[in-house]
Amino acid sequence: MDFNDTPEQAKFRKTCRDWLEKNAQLKDSSPSESNFANKDIIKEAKAWQKKKYDAGWAMLHWPKEYGGIGASPIERIIWANEESKFNVPKGIFEIGLGMCGPVMMQYASEEQKERYLPPMAEGKEIWCQLFSEPSAGSDVAGLRSKAVQDGDKWIINGQKVWTSGAHFSDYGILVVRHDPNLEKHKGLTFFFVDMKSPGIEVKPIKQITGGSSFNEVYFTDVEIPDSQRLGEIGDGWKVAITTLMNERLAVGDADGCDVEDAFKWAKTQDNQGEPLLNDKAARESIADWYCEASGLKNTKLRTMSALSKGDTPGPEASITKIVSAGKLQDIGNFGIDSMDMTGMLKTDDPDIRRFQNAWLGAPGLRIAGGTDEILRNIIAERVLGLPQDPRADKGVAYKDIPSGKS
Amino acid sequence: MNLDFSDDQKFLQEEARKFLEKENALSRNRSVLENNANVDVELWNKIVELGWTGIRIPEEYSGLGLGHLELCVIAEELGRFLAPVPFSSSVYLFTEAIINYANDDIKKEILPKLVSGEVIGTLAVAEDLQAPTAENITLQSDNNILNGKKIAVPDAEIATHAIVVAKTSSGISLQLVDLNAEGVKIEKQENIDESRGYFSILFENSPSKLIGDETGGWDLYEALMNQAAVLFGYEQIGGSQAALDMAINYSKERYAFGRQIGSFQAIKHKLADMYIALTLAKSNCYYAAWALSTNSADLPSASATARVSATKAYQLCSKENIQTHGGNGFTWEYDCHMFYRRSKLLSLNIGSLSNWREKLVTSLEQSNIN
Repeated sequence: MDFNDTPEQAKFRKTCRDWLEKNAQLKDSSPSESNFANKDIIKEAKAWQKKKYDAGWAMLHWPKEYGGIGASPIERIIWANEESKFNVPKGIFEIGLGMCGPVMMQYASEEQKERYLPPMAEGKEIWCQLFSEPSAGSDVAGLRSKAVQDGDKWIINGQKVWTSGAHFSDYGILVVRHDPNLEKHKGLTFFFVDMKSPGIEVKPIKQITGGSSFNEVYFTDVEIPDSQRLGEIGDGWKVAITTLMNERLAVGDADGCDVEDAFKWAKTQDNQGEPLLNDKAARESIADWYCEASGLKNTKLRTMSALSKGDTPGPEASITKIVSAGKLQDIGNFGIDSMDMTGMLKTDDPDIRRFQNAWLGAPGLRIAGGTDEILRNIIAERVLGLPQDPRADKGVAYKDIPSGKS
Repeated sequence: MNLDFSDDQKFLQEEARKFLEKENALSRNRSVLENNANVDVELWNKIVELGWTGIRIPEEYSGLGLGHLELCVIAEELGRFLAPVPFSSSVYLFTEAIINYANDDIKKEILPKLVSGEVIGTLAVAEDLQAPTAENITLQSDNNILNGKKIAVPDAEIATHAIVVAKTSSGISLQLVDLNAEGVKIEKQENIDESRGYFSILFENSPSKLIGDETGGWDLYEALMNQAAVLFGYEQIGGSQAALDMAINYSKERYAFGRQIGSFQAIKHKLADMYIALTLAKSNCYYAAWALSTNSADLPSASATARVSATKAYQLCSKENIQTHGGNGFTWEYDCHMFYRRSKLLSLNIGSLSNWREKLVTSLEQSNIN
């Protein structure tokens, strides 16, 4: 066991570090707050992405012809690890690059890959993912947006929801139902779509945080050329699964506050004449959060060790989002409660704001990219090998599946 | 970056697993439990023959001269099979104390005999029904003569020697005692995991040898606990994994309402939570194993982190394994209760969960995380 880079890895890390030092600011101790809906953030994020692209860092693990440098998985992690130490704009390209990119790489034609992947990597064009619908969240294959073939094009009608970043995206990947007479999973087909197409209307959703990073997207007689179909007709679910696998990796850790913030806060916050950190219950909570945070960090190190040796990592990383989202919610709650009846008040104190934002934002994180419950099902079925639930919709044509009020 | 065991260490672990499987360590545990035998002497002798008691003992004292990482992989397997042997008392506590703190004469006398099995050791600390502290130790050592009583000492009957935490005129010291010496009286104490024996030891003018110095014994004891927490942590994750495996298997075999119970989300989510707790504990144990093997300055926080998460994982996995088995899980016949008992024994043997949480936060205050 050791935590040292191999000589090649150390050399690569230094190359990353040197470039980052020349082109970005190291993070100071104050946490940056990113705002998805802020247009300036988009401009800054695009500029940063372009800078990285020109130097080969944008999608370094992609092949050269699409704008990468063909880096290995461990080199990708080393880059991400170094980049995370710098204050750079985040939250704009993750979905496009993390989910849409891989699916285009696997299913698009050579010509399309050459056309779309480099501008995606460069940050010139932003992509979003159009999966969830008002009646299809955890059961995303239950979606009902319709695609009807008309010669060499398809006509799309329906509504998507919870679409992150749709309001500033140029393209989207889309799964729709081409045949409601088939079973649920079999009647789906996958496309990519120009978000500027006539008939697409994007309406931001105001979330409980007050922000709007998600949208409703309405499709009214939207035309998509058949050439923009990804996979065969009826293969939509298979293609979607590729994307969802990547989504879990892309969502990953909860940003916001962690045990260090709770610890620092408890050292200075007064609790009946003593620092809160002297309180037994506070100490036990901090101990437990520290164990969870370390457990996730060390789990990542185990994953990296496997990649570093050229092995396939085990399923350990599947626990990340469940643990970190729940922890975020509890830590936010801890910070707010520590102010007793004044915890309700909005103030200028950035620490207090952070606890309140964590508490308000965490419920979304426990749902996005697979709810806590769906992720537990996935761990149980795919990691522990437990049998699937018997399903009321198995072997039934989609149109005959009970769907309740809608 | 390599937070993983080496191929040699993995091979050693594989061999240990095969050995304990072949020896039916789990059914041996049941038979010790049912016959009030306190220990399986035959299994212990085989373990001594394999050289496991000498893993960390330097070659100059006839040991194997290997590191803590080798001990960790063995610990995980002993934990998985609930091996009813005094390995934790004799190896993680007693042997480590001798290696770390004893003078050369004592090392020459004791270490080769720990390898050969002539000496088996344990550690005697507690005196009352509460957590021992530097302040509440009353067993007296005057010029290496001991008077007083220790309770809840594991494995004292098969042990030939003990390290005793004793009060001197100037502080706390660690004393090495030959348990066959005069004035030593050992009595069985019934406990809630009878697959491992607990005993009281009464010392009346019993001769002892000083380990370390007359005053700094409590710090040595604490440092020993920081090491031992990692090794106990490995036994705990081994046991957690076994309990989770049992629950998985049962939930696939058992049918209710016309389907495997493992197809119900109530069971899936329970088992997923066990997996999550175990994965966190395992990753923390890996890091602590690294800290232990390199004597890192991080050891106090790393070992407390491993200990807290391993204790939580084993308690969760062992109790929810019973729950998954329903009424069968509550019977003596099913093995579930043996894991439940052992999880409690291991979680208390070197101090409770709440004590280790406190140690963790104290170590964070000292290292000032931010």
